Amino acid sequence: MPEHRPELDPTDRRVIDELQGGFPLSPEPYAAVADKLGISEQDLLQRLERLLSERTLTRFGPMYQIERIGGAFTLAALAVPEERFEEVTAAVNALPQVAHNYRREHALNMWFVLATETPAGIIEAIARIEQATGLKVRNFPKEREYFVEMKLPVRA
Amino acid sequence: MSDGKIIDLIDRALIIATQDGLPLVPRPWHAIAERLDITPAEVTQRLAAMLEGGIIRRIGAVPNHYAIGWTANGMTVWDVPDEAIDRLGPVIGALDFVTHCYRRPRALPEWPYNLFAMAHGGSRDEVRAKAEIIADLLGANCRARDILFSTRILKKSGLRI
Repeated sequence: MPEHRPELDPTDRRVIDELQGGFPLSPEPYAAVADKLGISEQDLLQRLERLLSERTLTRFGPMYQIERIGGAFTLAALAVPEERFEEVTAAVNALPQVAHNYRREHALNMWFVLATETPAGIIEAIARIEQATGLKVRNFPKEREYFVEMKLPVRA
Repeated sequence: MSDGKIIDLIDRALIIATQDGLPLVPRPWHAIAERLDITPAEVTQRLAAMLEGGIIRRIGAVPNHYAIGWTANGMTVWDVPDEAIDRLGPVIGALDFVTHCYRRPRALPEWPYNLFAMAHGGSRDEVRAKAEIIADLLGANCRARDILFSTRILKKSGLRI
């Protein structure tokens, strides 16, 4: 895996695990979390800043379910010719509607999630990607959600 | 809300102000309130209401799976008969190593799979062993299967409205 693996100390691990839970809506929430972890608020904020800047954490904040406000999510895939992979990645990622994009080992080698404010936005985004890349987008909209839990504990 | 939308303009402004992440300052709700010209109490009340209504799934950190040690990430996909999938989907979703589990349409003939379950492990063999647990639970209702391992995160920004 070409992804980097930054060094995490035991406190970093506890910070990551703790912050995957519910963040308090109290007036000084970082101080409340820091108290729970037995560290200072300043230490927590500095660690959080570092974990975000080194991309150990990709985000810190509310996770919105766009479907609940009339929007839509879908999972879509492309079969990208190897020699065009970088170019197509740039074209796909350029759309703000692309929330995540992963390279996977399969003939369908690029899998991305589209999130749009309206269901029609999905169709539009797919059309734009097909136009920009000349490739056919396979759309796999969710029909049923059986389970979603974005938390994963830090592995020792 | 006169336009029939589920959220109003202030909620929408709050989503836009926080979708990139929360301010890393001691009083983040105050900082957001100042930007939106509302009170900090209104910020937290609206966030609480959106949590309650499921518009916000949770407030917290999204880790890069690789960086926290989950170096093998497989999208396991299964062809399950239509009449069995809604019974089996929740069973697979309840496994502790499955983070997402959905029913999605097939794209025949090239894509026969309709059950998608994300499984994570410290190695590909670990993910494969987890896929065997899923296969055992599906039994004869597994007609075809595959695992698509991710090899690179190309983008992970979350949604932007």
